[in-house]
Amino acid sequence: MFDSYRTTTLRYDRDACIFCRACLQVCPHAVFAAGPGHVQLAAAERCMECGACAVNCPANAISVDSGVGCANALIRGAVTGKETCGCCGDDEGNSCC
Amino acid sequence: MGLDEGCCGSTTGTCACRQREPAMTATADLTWRDYIDHLAARLGFDRSGHRVRPGLYRLNNPSPESPVFASAGYTLSFDALRSSLAGRDAWLLVLDTMGINVWCAAGKGTFGTDELVRRIRLADLAGQVSHRTIILPQLGAPGVSARSVAQQSGFHVRWGPVRAADLPAFLDAGEASPAMRRVTFPLRDRIVLIPVELAHALPYALAASAVAIFFGHADIAGTVLLSVAAGTVLFPVLLPYLPAKDYTVNGLLLGFAVITPVVAAGGGGTGWPGLLWAGGNLLLWPAITAFLALNFTGCTPFTSRSGVKLEISRYMRIIAAMAAGGAAALALALLHAGGMA
Repeated sequence: MFDSYRTTTLRYDRDACIFCRACLQVCPHAVFAAGPGHVQLAAAERCMECGACAVNCPANAISVDSGVGCANALIRGAVTGKETCGCCGDDEGNSCC
Repeated sequence: MGLDEGCCGSTTGTCACRQREPAMTATADLTWRDYIDHLAARLGFDRSGHRVRPGLYRLNNPSPESPVFASAGYTLSFDALRSSLAGRDAWLLVLDTMGINVWCAAGKGTFGTDELVRRIRLADLAGQVSHRTIILPQLGAPGVSARSVAQQSGFHVRWGPVRAADLPAFLDAGEASPAMRRVTFPLRDRIVLIPVELAHALPYALAASAVAIFFGHADIAGTVLLSVAAGTVLFPVLLPYLPAKDYTVNGLLLGFAVITPVVAAGGGGTGWPGLLWAGGNLLLWPAITAFLALNFTGCTPFTSRSGVKLEISRYMRIIAAMAAGGAAALALALLHAGGMA
């Protein structure tokens, strides 16, 4: 209860892992850990769905529905159909961060 | 030069005439101009104006063996990189991210594989350096496929640490420690976000306060500002110490905490108008704080898209109903009081 972040779209196929360790390097939340012969999904609940691991996995062992975890952008997206809060740069090149 | 043009105006991205963009010069020293620019960026002034010209820069006196670092075309990103490399010779390759930081630009794809490969070509990096390694900020990884960069440019991507400040230790050790690979959100990082949060919310808060004061209710103007300050100032400061995982729930708790003393102090009269006044305050203002807290998700380096979606579907209707019900109750109580006066 009161923890919406137990859910994640991160999916990891251990059998496909070639143990190149790219995901260990790019993940900013140590979601993966080195295991014997392959990486292990150590803390999926820490995943912020940035997509860095999936983009850099040469074996396509990782998939994640990546995107911004920003309520402002998601609410605007639901209302206007354009998922942006303007913070991370919109089409007009405006930004706050 | 247009976005899709190669160095000689060709759209293929190849450089037939071997002309290259001349490398620019950068220093590791930050001047007062840089600090004023940083302050303006942190305060939200000229939001898209904090750009760095894309291209290759020489830091100090680089040789063909010197390391190459990629950065975003945003002053705070570029300045963090160059200032952390004080006393070292290096090449700095700035991507065209249109004034957006590494992390946000990587999420949008502007700090991405295609732009990196294009900048490597435009700068003729292969002709400038003898090695084939480029060090990227780790937080650029959502936009950059290291394998595709190697295939398309011949350059091997080496993932640097999350924070530019760790670069000297990273370079000296030859690798990133596990701590350098983790993103953190310490008090200082949370506090610097407050001015922009305030800048977003304050126009609405001041307008609402002005209306309240116009109708002779300075106390309501005070609670407006109190609930907004709780959501934009107190919430970021207290974030790690709040009990729940969900931002909306923490915002509600914080909102109750700041408004309860106001309600306990009284002022709504006795009988049912007093109860209506108290109930209205306890419903409306925590809902405002909770909404601002929910919006802070976009500023943190923790929240996932699916988690935020779940929060919105769980709580948005509840806090909207609280706000509407609370406002109605307050209005009734005030109308009654006005009728009595």
